[in-house]
Amino acid sequence: MHSRWLTRLSWSVLVTGFGFLYIPIVILIIYSFNESRLVTVWSGFSVKWYGELFRDEQMMNAVWMSLKIAFMSASAAVVLGSMAALIMVRFGVFKGKMLFTSMITAPLVMPEVITGLSLLLLFVSLDQFIGWPDGRGVLTIWIAHTTFCMAYVTVVVNSRLQDLDESLEEAALDLGANRLKVFFVITLPIIAPALAAGWLLAFTLSLDDLVIASFVSGPGSTTLPMEVFSSVRLGVSPKVNALSALLIAVVSSFTFVAWWVLRRQERLRLVDLQGAQKQQDQA
Amino acid sequence: MARLTSWRPGRSLVIAVPYVWLLFFFLAPFAIVLKISFAESQLAQPPFTNLVAVVDDVLTFSLNLFNYIDLYEYDLYLRGYLNSVKIAFFSTLFCLLLGYPMAYIIARMPTHSRNICLMLVILPSWTSFLIRIYAWMGILKSNGLLNNFLQYLGVIEQPLEIMHTSVAVYIGIVYAYLPFMILPIYANLVKLDYSLLEAAADLGAQPWKSFVRITLPLSLSGIIAGSMLVFIPAVGEFVIPELLGGPDSLMIGKLLWAEFFNARNWPGASAVAVVMLLLLVLPITLFHRYQARDLELKPDA
Repeated sequence: MHSRWLTRLSWSVLVTGFGFLYIPIVILIIYSFNESRLVTVWSGFSVKWYGELFRDEQMMNAVWMSLKIAFMSASAAVVLGSMAALIMVRFGVFKGKMLFTSMITAPLVMPEVITGLSLLLLFVSLDQFIGWPDGRGVLTIWIAHTTFCMAYVTVVVNSRLQDLDESLEEAALDLGANRLKVFFVITLPIIAPALAAGWLLAFTLSLDDLVIASFVSGPGSTTLPMEVFSSVRLGVSPKVNALSALLIAVVSSFTFVAWWVLRRQERLRLVDLQGAQKQQDQA
Repeated sequence: MARLTSWRPGRSLVIAVPYVWLLFFFLAPFAIVLKISFAESQLAQPPFTNLVAVVDDVLTFSLNLFNYIDLYEYDLYLRGYLNSVKIAFFSTLFCLLLGYPMAYIIARMPTHSRNICLMLVILPSWTSFLIRIYAWMGILKSNGLLNNFLQYLGVIEQPLEIMHTSVAVYIGIVYAYLPFMILPIYANLVKLDYSLLEAAADLGAQPWKSFVRITLPLSLSGIIAGSMLVFIPAVGEFVIPELLGGPDSLMIGKLLWAEFFNARNWPGASAVAVVMLLLLVLPITLFHRYQARDLELKPDA
């Protein structure tokens, strides 16, 4: 009696929570197929806004620009973020570790307006004194995105490194493999799923950023969120709905495939481990 | 014993690269913001004065406090700060009230459904933030879907004015930041040793009592982490008050943006940022303490 009441309560909490999270997204997608220019009045099924979207050259340029920046930022953030994770997990205590930890955790919560403004002022001051980076554009957005994305990569890779059994590396070293080889043959393949997850996360974060990019971008480097923001500010527009539906479809299918592959790998690894355990027990 | 990371020169190099990057592109910029907040706005490129200048062969050093005095004297900024803290605080509370039960239920599910639910929590935060806020514009407008629906049902006669009020801002912040509240609390609850609760039940404790005395204290670090992940960015939020808010939901992130992009007063915007950072030092330290422990913690070590 008591537990049935509890089960019902649990279900209603979950349905409310997930309903709240998903209903707006579902509505957005449905109305992207709306014939009418008025986004909230349904007047028949149509894909014409998708056509309009692809003919909008400015929007398409912004898509391309954002993809380019996201790719470069994610790649750099994975390298720097993994190094930072390695330092946190493996390097023990070193001089200035406290400061390092702060600089790795603070970007996770720092309000974007502060990060954006401070980086812009850095670039302007550098320009004034050493003449680099010579104006603002793709390069400055790349630096800004790499900096805030690397903190997220660090968190993702960190948890994987914590689970890694160091005795595997030690065994390989004892058997005479050199350090570089051990890193590439043992460590890297084991943390590869986390690197992939970190890269994807960094990619989507960069693709999504409006505030920081607005501060550090220059003429000719308008990113997709900046383009969307300027059209959304004027009110709802069916073209933006179409774009949103496409973005959601692409991102969620990517995420889903990545999640599924990771889970499969994890399961195979567990099966392997269990098999090895059994063999050991039999021997 | 041989260890992969005990090779000295390699070790220093691996530390140096991300360290220098962060010093240069994360820490140094704050010093520059502080410096420019003491400069004067001017019509030039760049649009602020130097603190140190040579005037008539005299090296002069000027520290201009007007930007801070302005912040104090104009009622607008004071209200902006207070309002931001208020909105961020209550949004965090609402996130906690909805997020904690969800995290709790998901953590106690069987593994398979747990993974699916977790995936469902994470998925929205991977799709565009801007677009998810935009979705609410179509719903909350006075001729939007929510009002049309309620009028169709006959619940209301006149459309509700939600858009461009602080209610819309609350909805937007809770919606956008809910996953960041759920995930750390979940991570904490899933590690909870349920035999403690069984022991409490065997000893005759009421379920609510064992929740308050055992579950809640043990998940406190998750609550703190989640709350900080919502509260700190929400204080400086720009997109949500800009798109959903109105005159009654003035927030400091929006004021900073206006000062920078519309008034082109860079020193003024810097002063706004410096005061905002001072306001957030305590919450950021709290978050850092939790996160640092989490990053260094090695299971069974």
